[in-house]
Amino acid sequence: MSTGIGARVKRKEDKRFTTGKGKYTDDIRNDNQAYAAFVRSTHAHANIKGIDASAALAMDGVIEVLDGHQLTGDGIGNIICGWAVTSKDGSPMNMGAWSALATSKARYVGDAIAVVIAETQAQARIAAEAVVVDYEELPAIAHVMKAMAEDAPNIHENAPGNLIYDWELGDEALADAGLASATHITTLDLTNNRLSPNPMEPRVAIATYDDAEEHYTLHTTSQNPHVARLLLSAFYQVAPENKLRVIAPDVGGGFGAKIYVYPEEITCLWASMRTNRSIKWTSDRSEAFLTDAHGRDHVTTAKMGFDDNHKIVGFKVDTVANLGAYMSLFSSSVPTYLYATLLSGQYNIQNLHCNVRTYYTNTVPVDAYRGAGRPEATYVMERMMETAARELDMDPAELRRINFIQTFPHQTPMLMAYDAGDFPKILEMAQDAADIAGFAARKTEAAGRGKLRGIGYSTFIEACGLAPSQAAGSLGAGVGLWESAEVRVNPVGSIEILTGSHSHGQGHETTFAQIVADRFDIPIESVSIVHGDTDKVQFGMGTYGSRSAPVGMSAVVKAMDKVEAKVKKIAAHTLEAAEEDIVIEGGQVKVAGTDKAMGWHEVGLAAYIAHNLPEGMEPGLKETAFFDPVNFSFPSGAFICEVEVDPDTGVTEIIKFTAADDFGTIINPMIVEGQVHGGVTQGIGQALLEQVVYDDDGQLLTGSYMDYTMPRAADIPFFDVSHHETPSPNNPLGVKGCGEAGAIGSPPAVINAITDAIGNNNLAMPATPQAVWRAIQATKSVAAE
Amino acid sequence: MSMIHVNTTVNGDEVDFVCDPRETLLDVLRDRLSLTGAKEGCGTGDCGACSVTVDDRLVCSCLMLGAEAEGKSIATIEGMATTEALDPLQVKFIEYAALQCGICTPGILIATRALLAKNPDPTEEEVRYWLAGNLCRCTGYDKIIRAVLDTAKDLRADAGEAR
Repeated sequence: MSTGIGARVKRKEDKRFTTGKGKYTDDIRNDNQAYAAFVRSTHAHANIKGIDASAALAMDGVIEVLDGHQLTGDGIGNIICGWAVTSKDGSPMNMGAWSALATSKARYVGDAIAVVIAETQAQARIAAEAVVVDYEELPAIAHVMKAMAEDAPNIHENAPGNLIYDWELGDEALADAGLASATHITTLDLTNNRLSPNPMEPRVAIATYDDAEEHYTLHTTSQNPHVARLLLSAFYQVAPENKLRVIAPDVGGGFGAKIYVYPEEITCLWASMRTNRSIKWTSDRSEAFLTDAHGRDHVTTAKMGFDDNHKIVGFKVDTVANLGAYMSLFSSSVPTYLYATLLSGQYNIQNLHCNVRTYYTNTVPVDAYRGAGRPEATYVMERMMETAARELDMDPAELRRINFIQTFPHQTPMLMAYDAGDFPKILEMAQDAADIAGFAARKTEAAGRGKLRGIGYSTFIEACGLAPSQAAGSLGAGVGLWESAEVRVNPVGSIEILTGSHSHGQGHETTFAQIVADRFDIPIESVSIVHGDTDKVQFGMGTYGSRSAPVGMSAVVKAMDKVEAKVKKIAAHTLEAAEEDIVIEGGQVKVAGTDKAMGWHEVGLAAYIAHNLPEGMEPGLKETAFFDPVNFSFPSGAFICEVEVDPDTGVTEIIKFTAADDFGTIINPMIVEGQVHGGVTQGIGQALLEQVVYDDDGQLLTGSYMDYTMPRAADIPFFDVSHHETPSPNNPLGVKGCGEAGAIGSPPAVINAITDAIGNNNLAMPATPQAVWRAIQATKSVAAE
Repeated sequence: MSMIHVNTTVNGDEVDFVCDPRETLLDVLRDRLSLTGAKEGCGTGDCGACSVTVDDRLVCSCLMLGAEAEGKSIATIEGMATTEALDPLQVKFIEYAALQCGICTPGILIATRALLAKNPDPTEEEVRYWLAGNLCRCTGYDKIIRAVLDTAKDLRADAGEAR
């Protein structure tokens, strides 16, 4: 059975996961282990007048209590946002100071103020309750639309009116002119609900200081251990890079929440040095709700104009985004370069403008969550298209088709140059799979049972593998967005791939091995993947933004190119043939058209024994490469959701969810399907169930799974997933990235379906039974008038 | 606080341990017996990542005290495969790629085994409702449900042949 590109190879990592032998951070316990618990602000906004730790220090097992003054006194730097976004008036964004332990002011409920170190976790947690913080309460802002009020309290001194930046993209005059020329204008006010990413493994950090070597080791639940080390050393001044090893072992899901370096990792590393103990901190679930970066939280007004031919002639979007109490690592880029840039969708739109204002509020920092900006853009775009189709009394698929981009590459007015796609094709695939032709009959049948059937579309595009580094830098990114790889062919021919990508559920140990087995035609069992350890892998940018395939795998391909070149030189020399006649196949390196051959392992051995290498060749068979893409890749998809609503209870059942995606080349269809299933389920969660709620005082009301509704097995149907491959020309494999598409495309498909079913377009996410029932009642009362 | 000495059986082996009376069974399994397959996803019995069986009854080990294991028989993920072979459920989960990050997988496998012991021929809906106590954020449950239904079918066929 093939194990190469396109094969449904069983995942190499799954034997350890199914037998309980995965090694996650919380499964590690060091000798001399001590435990940390954080004292967290109970107020959303308060001055810290004093901290009394005397009672805690006297408790059983307590080793130390440390606060923010000690932390900053030791020179630990503030947490930064790594992407500088400039306001339209040319002024820089207003980044407020964020100390890992707050010194003078707490800005959200859960803000870390002090840390207790004790012999056991229970002792640390109990003692943290005994630390007395003297607060002077201040008025708080819990909702973004209140942050801009004239009398709103000020959260950061350097951000007047709580404004972080006021930014725009596109040409406003053109958009206005386009709207003025329109014969029909659709207007919508939309809210993109605030979400908590909720990887099932809570965050964990184990910091271990070795005083003899003055060296730190951090085991942590990170999607990007090298980025963590860079931040911890270059910006937070915890330790120089050569004295800090960051290891992210098996990680139980990320979804964005584990990109960032949080206050807890910084504090544990510093506290390990202060106490000369290995310090372990494990978040509990409520702490995760309180402190993991949230996602989404946009309020948007959008206007779209159409001409007589139903072509879009102008599109204007005004968005207000909540970034929470501090600017998290990539927070500034999410509602700007990852959002407004995608507002052309799959459509040919020339007159486009988007304005984005972001504000501080007294809530958890908001940053990238699966999709990051692209779900928000897709929600605006696809709710607009469906609404416009209804207003124009058109088939929603037909309105989309009329406006589809047909030729590639396509330059949008929003910076993006789409690489490849076939939008009509994937829409047709989805329509066939969803049996659109039979919908009317199904609707009638459902009506006979007293149920309301509806169908909704979402045809979307996204951008993966953020690139190239130079372009990202020119837009304000503080890092280069390439990836590195090292291909080590061992003397007996087995191969280790060292990658800066990080797997936390994506199955890299399988898919990365597949591309190597495919290239060198060797058994997949002889290929191993090494990742997640800064001492083993030289550098890497990690895994987020669906970048591991388009960027990470491409670096592996580049390194394999170099290995292949050397292998061919060695074989040509040994077999006395021309290099261009050498072929690699069937575990052998052969002279084409002859029976002269060496085993793959013999070439490896020849490279290391080095008795007979070509003149001037270095021994060994190991190559590294850095891949910096020339452009993003642009996966696209067509989703169709069919729902049935019970008008008496407002309960929505998803009858069928159809996804037709174009991810370019597919390495392992089984893994890609899983990514779509999981992404769509998170999108269904956003559409139907999930919502972070703060009360007006900034107290978090959704701090457990009893209050924050996650999609469960009984809420979700089987999915119908299909693929169409238009390879991306921007990387050697033609891959586009598949990790986020499901979460990006699905929310508007669900809401379009429900609003179709109930005949009321005024429905916000999450469409809970209560919200749907109310929308149905509103329709009835309008009908009665 | 004085510690408690507990005698119990874990995965068929007689085990004794000493624990603080406040420690949960999950704490004991992970920290005292080094059985880290069961995970804490929430600590409130809402996610099922810590699922084990106690005298063949499915429980969240985060909601039971370690001291309550006295005289009981505990089964965890570590006991599911034999030294010779994986359990048919494990084989099928791998065949379907019914897992991604793997953190919820031990709990889901334990819960599924408990379901199939009770009901060897569950409908899709019965599987979905039974596993509704186990949160998975990665898979969207699709491949899990298919793997469970397919395993149940195979086990029924095997049982039929045995008869």
